[in-house]
Amino acid sequence: MARPVDRTEPSRARRVLTPLLTIVALLALWQAVVVVGIVPNFLLPTPVQVVQALVEDAALLASHCVTTLAEAAAGLAAGVALGFVFAVLMDRFEGFYLAFEPLMTISQTIPTVAIAPLLVLWLGYGALPKVVLVIISTFFPITVSLASGFRSVDPDVIDLMRTMNASRWQIFWYAKLPAAADQFFSGLKISATYAIVGAVIAEWLGGNEGLGVYMTRVRKSFSYDRMFASIIVISALSLGLMKLVELAQRACMPWKRAERNNNER
Amino acid sequence: MAQAGEKNVAPALEARDLTLSWDGEHIVVQGVSVDVAPGEVCCLVGRSGCGKTTILHALAGLTTPVSGRVLLHGEDVTGRPGRVSYMLQKDLLLPSRRIIDNVCLPLVLAGARRDEARAKAAPLFERFGLAGCERKWPSELSGGMRQRAAFLRTYLMGADVTLLDEPFSALDALTRTDVRRWFVDVAAELGLSALVITHDVDEAVSMASRIYVLAGAPSAGEPSHVAGVVEVDRVESESFELTDEYLAAKRQVMALLG
Repeated sequence: MARPVDRTEPSRARRVLTPLLTIVALLALWQAVVVVGIVPNFLLPTPVQVVQALVEDAALLASHCVTTLAEAAAGLAAGVALGFVFAVLMDRFEGFYLAFEPLMTISQTIPTVAIAPLLVLWLGYGALPKVVLVIISTFFPITVSLASGFRSVDPDVIDLMRTMNASRWQIFWYAKLPAAADQFFSGLKISATYAIVGAVIAEWLGGNEGLGVYMTRVRKSFSYDRMFASIIVISALSLGLMKLVELAQRACMPWKRAERNNNER
Repeated sequence: MAQAGEKNVAPALEARDLTLSWDGEHIVVQGVSVDVAPGEVCCLVGRSGCGKTTILHALAGLTTPVSGRVLLHGEDVTGRPGRVSYMLQKDLLLPSRRIIDNVCLPLVLAGARRDEARAKAAPLFERFGLAGCERKWPSELSGGMRQRAAFLRTYLMGADVTLLDEPFSALDALTRTDVRRWFVDVAAELGLSALVITHDVDEAVSMASRIYVLAGAPSAGEPSHVAGVVEVDRVESESFELTDEYLAAKRQVMALLG
């Protein structure tokens, strides 16, 4: 006899413990592979060595971290602002949408690593080319998510608001903007990770400070344990930014919690 | 109740010879005239796709007719939105606003401060069966309650005439009957002048004092027109649906629909 399908959600402890145990198992396997000698240590440091490098270089990493984070935050803020303006213009003016939508899609096919050296060449070794690269990387997901969010409003809602004599601005504020919030935050999450990676790539290709610069230095000195340490820091920064976006989303969209609770009932 | 048919009562809403088109070329509705007297609930009945919503859009000023006029207390309001209250088929509550702020929306859009609007709306929650729902989100309400909230929002638009586009069609059969009865009571109590469109003959006969029956098939190139008007002799009864008057009116509407 067929068993009934168990559709109960896994418990919170199980949801946390399962990936945690998987990570611990993979780290143990990595440690074993190097200690036993399957992969030579000069090519691959052990997780323990990576942690040691992380501790030893903590102060240095922190100072590079501040630079990268500042560039990413500045670029992300400018990218969001620019993306918002573009999305509003695309929503408001059909001609603007038709003119820029293909251009924006094409702009996303240009690899970041190809454009970063040009930016460094044009804008120097300071923070500006990094911030510009982050803007280029983050602007697109924000614009696309917002523009599609604005268009997702039920046309009947707009008709209803017109019967209430709502102005264009009121329709935008009360109907379009909240309707786009969900997609905006999805775009912002993607942009947050692009921001860190974009800043690091730009630093990697030319600069004096930042995690990308740190990575090029430790690579040249074959300190692969430090290389891995910086990778961990970059991942942690991206995860931290994503978490911040999640918190902001919860604060800005309190009605979503009620919808989730209602769906679970 | 006042009847537009009575010569001394000026209609609150008049549609005069409306001819409407979806695309400016193909005529959907030809020469439709409808009167709604003050304090009267009328229904416009027709099969799906016969252009009922198109007529309501024109009455709400959302579209401009090919020809004909819409008059509100004698004033020409053709193609001017914001002059009548309009409730659409879906409740269209904004998910991002609490119920109190959803129902207050017309007041806020008209320039009222949020606390003023809330103070005006709050006493009506009980009469509209929404007591205790003020701080809830729309997703926390049942379909019937959401429809009541949408109706309260429509009422707060404050216009003299209310247009309702199949307002109960999204509800299940039992809830629909309950909400419909509740609507008839509230409409009578508030002295509402309303035009309701529906494809449900029972709904029309149980709610209206006059029914405009729309016939035609625009998709087959035959524009819709008013095939006849049925006056419903509404008798005060707990179970009006079981009376001879109800059945007689229903028979007439069915005959006109063909």
